[in-house]
Amino acid sequence: MDLLNAFIALSNYVLIPGIAYGSQLALGALGVTLVYGILRFSNFAHGDTMAMGTMATILVTWLFQSMGLSLGFLPTALLALPFGIGFAILLLLGTDRVVYKFYREQKAKPVILVIVSLGVTFIYNGITRFIIGADDQNFLDGERFIMSARDFKALTGLKEGLAFKTTQGITIVTAIIVVALLFWFLNKTRAGKSMRAYSDNEDLALLSGINPERVVMITWIIVAALATIAGTLYGLDKSFKPFTYFQLLLPIFAAAIVGGLGSPVGAIAGGFVIAFSEVTITYAWKKVLGYVMPEGLEPDGLVQLMSTDYKFAVSFVILLIVLLIKPTGLFKGKSV
Amino acid sequence: MIVVDDLHKHFGGFHAVDGASLSIEKGSITGLIGPNGAGKTTLFNVIAGVLQPTSGRVTMDGEDITGLPPHELFHKGLLRTFQIAHEFSSMSCRENLMMVPGDQSGETLWNTWFGTKRIANEERALRAKADEVLEFLTIEHLAEQKAGQISGGQKKLLELGRTMMVDAKIVFLDEVGAGVNRTLLNTIGDAIIRLNKERNYTFVVIEHDMDFIGRLCDPVICMAEGHVLAEGTLDEIKANEQVIEAYLGTGLKNKDKVGA
Repeated sequence: MDLLNAFIALSNYVLIPGIAYGSQLALGALGVTLVYGILRFSNFAHGDTMAMGTMATILVTWLFQSMGLSLGFLPTALLALPFGIGFAILLLLGTDRVVYKFYREQKAKPVILVIVSLGVTFIYNGITRFIIGADDQNFLDGERFIMSARDFKALTGLKEGLAFKTTQGITIVTAIIVVALLFWFLNKTRAGKSMRAYSDNEDLALLSGINPERVVMITWIIVAALATIAGTLYGLDKSFKPFTYFQLLLPIFAAAIVGGLGSPVGAIAGGFVIAFSEVTITYAWKKVLGYVMPEGLEPDGLVQLMSTDYKFAVSFVILLIVLLIKPTGLFKGKSV
Repeated sequence: MIVVDDLHKHFGGFHAVDGASLSIEKGSITGLIGPNGAGKTTLFNVIAGVLQPTSGRVTMDGEDITGLPPHELFHKGLLRTFQIAHEFSSMSCRENLMMVPGDQSGETLWNTWFGTKRIANEERALRAKADEVLEFLTIEHLAEQKAGQISGGQKKLLELGRTMMVDAKIVFLDEVGAGVNRTLLNTIGDAIIRLNKERNYTFVVIEHDMDFIGRLCDPVICMAEGHVLAEGTLDEIKANEQVIEAYLGTGLKNKDKVGA
């Protein structure tokens, strides 16, 4: 019984939040990795692209809420998501036309594009704060729990409760659908194959008559969709605050690099590696150990390896280790 | 068919191509030879749109094609292969070939969702064509192999196959023979001759192997220091004093050593 309780506590505080957070990071890292593979630079503006897309989704959500539209027990934000994606697509294609295209035609070095994307970050960030403010925004409605801790206890009679938030369920299901769709697209469709070809060998792709501008455009469209979905899921699960999205850049890049930049499979694996490292290292294990350890040996302290304030340090350390030991990442991306 | 007029390409102070003028006849297999650093590959790169010329003009059938991007030249029927074979390493050989005719309707997002039938038809036609090409090159057994895993010579054949996926008019081959064994080189040579005879391809071949040049090419153009030194049959070229100097330097006049 104690072991079961320990497992429930572990699921409640580590497994389920880790999977949800990992899915969000994976979706974010997929966007970063696609831009790296096709446009060949590290897009620092990705965090704020997520913020912009999410902001648009929130505004439309509020509009729908004021109109009385809803999805029942699901959050209204899902209904607003396509509009947010649409906005993000226009935003990225516009940015590309105004900013990145110029540097692409100059054949600028990747490092220049990285700095350019940093500039774009600040502009996006300013716009987001200007429109929606720098504070926390709440846009979650519908049922809060698929299963609350109290229901679970009543159902099973266990001492530990297992809460499964609606947002966590939505995150996991959406991530699975999006990833399946993306992989189908990349591997089975002509458009996806032309993206892979372009990423694999740019010269040859050009000499095979693949139109580079079209590949770039498709990439931005997919990245916009991924960023908005990742951002909205994160916002629903935690909360929306523009600065948090800027901070998310670090774990997202860590995920993309751990998996191997340019490798979509790697981005997903990396997302979960980073998420679980963060969650397990900052989790206070007292409760779980209390169940598992033999009588008398239960820990007195919290058994928390690091305070949650240091969670970003975890991604940093993993990033360093990977760059030192295996710079191409777990799934052999392009070396960084 | 292709006329290059006083073409210059400078990299800073280095004049890689320095006033090259030449013309390539329709239906010919023209050999391009010259010592290392003569500017052959740079000339290819400028003609194929990979590099912008510093000055000069390239025309194809009378039309000015100077500095057009590679994918536009591709659609005009001008193709090239690389000195070191390029391939999409994570795709199978068949997929590599099927990638070639770019600008398929399946390359737009819209058609991916709303034009599935048209795409399916196109893909079927492409697949049949790719299999036919693989058979022509006698590498049909490699269809499912990842292109990153086949041998260097087979990659060269695959590159040649790539040009057959579209109706190429003129193909620039950059050192097809480099690092390829004799048997495979003969296969490549046969394929080039057949393509030239049966499908009216015009070829321009950079090659250091004089036997290969002698078997395939007429005329042969010799470049040195960025410009054209001589043009003629291989024997004429071999007898040309300037060419001998370019290869061996002044002072050595042993004609037999040219191309040895």
